[in-house]
Amino acid sequence: MSTLTAPAEVEVNEPAIEEDWQEERPWVVIVWNDPINLMSYVTLVFQKLFGYSLQQATKLMLQVHNEGKAVVSSGNREKSELDVSRLHAHGLWATMQQD
Amino acid sequence: MLNRQIRSGREGTVRVSLTSNEQLLLRDLLDQLEPLLADPDDAAVRRLFPPAYSEDESDEQYRSLVRDQLVGGRAKSLATVRDTLGEETLSPEQADDWLRALNDLRLVLGTRLDVTEEIDYESIDLDTPSGRDLAVYGYLTWLQEQLVEALQPASGR
Repeated sequence: MSTLTAPAEVEVNEPAIEEDWQEERPWVVIVWNDPINLMSYVTLVFQKLFGYSLQQATKLMLQVHNEGKAVVSSGNREKSELDVSRLHAHGLWATMQQD
Repeated sequence: MLNRQIRSGREGTVRVSLTSNEQLLLRDLLDQLEPLLADPDDAAVRRLFPPAYSEDESDEQYRSLVRDQLVGGRAKSLATVRDTLGEETLSPEQADDWLRALNDLRLVLGTRLDVTEEIDYESIDLDTPSGRDLAVYGYLTWLQEQLVEALQPASGR
């Protein structure tokens, strides 16, 4: 039995290492412009979720509004998924991708 | 200028004063939205649950992870608004539920109406169903603007 399990463990480990390496590349959370969310509301959500000052949040909101999108946070996959889900809970159009 | 229905109160609370007709309208909208929350086939309701990933596989994993939580959070916000429609003072937590519920109503109604950023409210025809829906959308927008202003940390009390 032991001779059979040894190579199987190696096979399992290989993709895991590759995944770890993938995980290390940072993820960015992007908010996209939409015609419904109010500019003032988007600013407030950025302040509330990320602790940005009014000035920082306004700048990001204007970038979303004028350029169509803005990166609002970055980090590992778990943190980015959490950020996206909190933005989704507030009705913002947010996606995440690896930088 | 219209009278304000929502303003900031003491210590993060929010003061609300809605007429009985306004309360009836909001209750009706909440009652319409709530059963739709769990309907993944409704195109407008789908707007409440955007994709997180461009790849289908990752996105399905994300959905299976957060979908119930997002639906539950939205249902709670709608329920809070329904339960506090007649209140004059909202706690900060209740005000946050109002903020999200009003936004969800606007998102679903706005998606149904295919609204653009600039709406010409002057030319709305109230004799048509879509004109009346657009007026309701405008009303929700006005409430939301007031609520955001009342909750803005940098605004004076």
